[in-house]
Amino acid sequence: MSTHAPAAHGHPHAEAAEIHEQRALGFWLYLMGDAVIFALLFMTYGIMVGNTAGGPTGKQLFDLNNAAVETALLLSSSITFGFATLAARQMSRQAALAWLAVTFVLGAGFIFLEVREFVGLIRAGAGPDRSGFLSAFFTLVGTHGTHVSFGLVWIVILGAQIAIKGLTLPVTSRLYRLGLFWHFLDIAWVGIFSVVYLPGLL
Amino acid sequence: MERHGLRSYLVGFVLAVILTVIPFWLVYAPMMPPGRTMLVIAIAAVLQILVHLHFFLHVDFSTPKANLMALAFTAVLIFLMVGGSFWIMIDLHNRMAI
Repeated sequence: MSTHAPAAHGHPHAEAAEIHEQRALGFWLYLMGDAVIFALLFMTYGIMVGNTAGGPTGKQLFDLNNAAVETALLLSSSITFGFATLAARQMSRQAALAWLAVTFVLGAGFIFLEVREFVGLIRAGAGPDRSGFLSAFFTLVGTHGTHVSFGLVWIVILGAQIAIKGLTLPVTSRLYRLGLFWHFLDIAWVGIFSVVYLPGLL
Repeated sequence: MERHGLRSYLVGFVLAVILTVIPFWLVYAPMMPPGRTMLVIAIAAVLQILVHLHFFLHVDFSTPKANLMALAFTAVLIFLMVGGSFWIMIDLHNRMAI
């Protein structure tokens, strides 16, 4: 949280740095609200997980390898985003852009696997309308996937800003908030594989 | 490097990988009763969330107080809403089953 510093480095604009810090707090508050949303979706899933209405259970539907690869992709994308943050702090535009690109590819790979899983489930007749369990599953995992998709759009926009505007204070400030968002989504995914996939396949 | 340099990210990444591999491995190759595996999964998840908060989101004692307060408040809210809902639903389930 105390990495507001990168933007302030080399920028004598104390006032701008203060605005940046206020925005960081505002975004932090948004993330806390998002955490409540995810917590309640986890709770709903926990209550609905047994309500399969005679339909398939998690054990029959989930694929451990798919979940493991998704986890690996998202965790790797978290550290590559960290590298992008470090590169931006050292004012290295090329390196920051390169690491953002790697992060995007990893995140896109994650979304690809998730969409493929969803399509496979729906084609197998295990869509969100099949049972309370599947409704809760698609809502929880889909909400996370939607967040990641928005994160990907944000990465593209910010990448363009870095390329066009350079690593100015407003741009690094946005990069910092995107970093919070991206790392936060990895935390939500830790919850998903620990609550949905692993117990489901146990 | 400064406080949250490369080292912080690498240490966090290694810890996160360890805390991910353990629960996945226990499901790939079960070596203890499901109840105990569940416990390990839960502990690894909580630890990994703390690792992410500290090494990736850089939450520590130098974090602005307002952010820490918001985090603590959120934790209380989640505890009340999730804990309370489970309490009600499990109680209801038991009453309906009788």
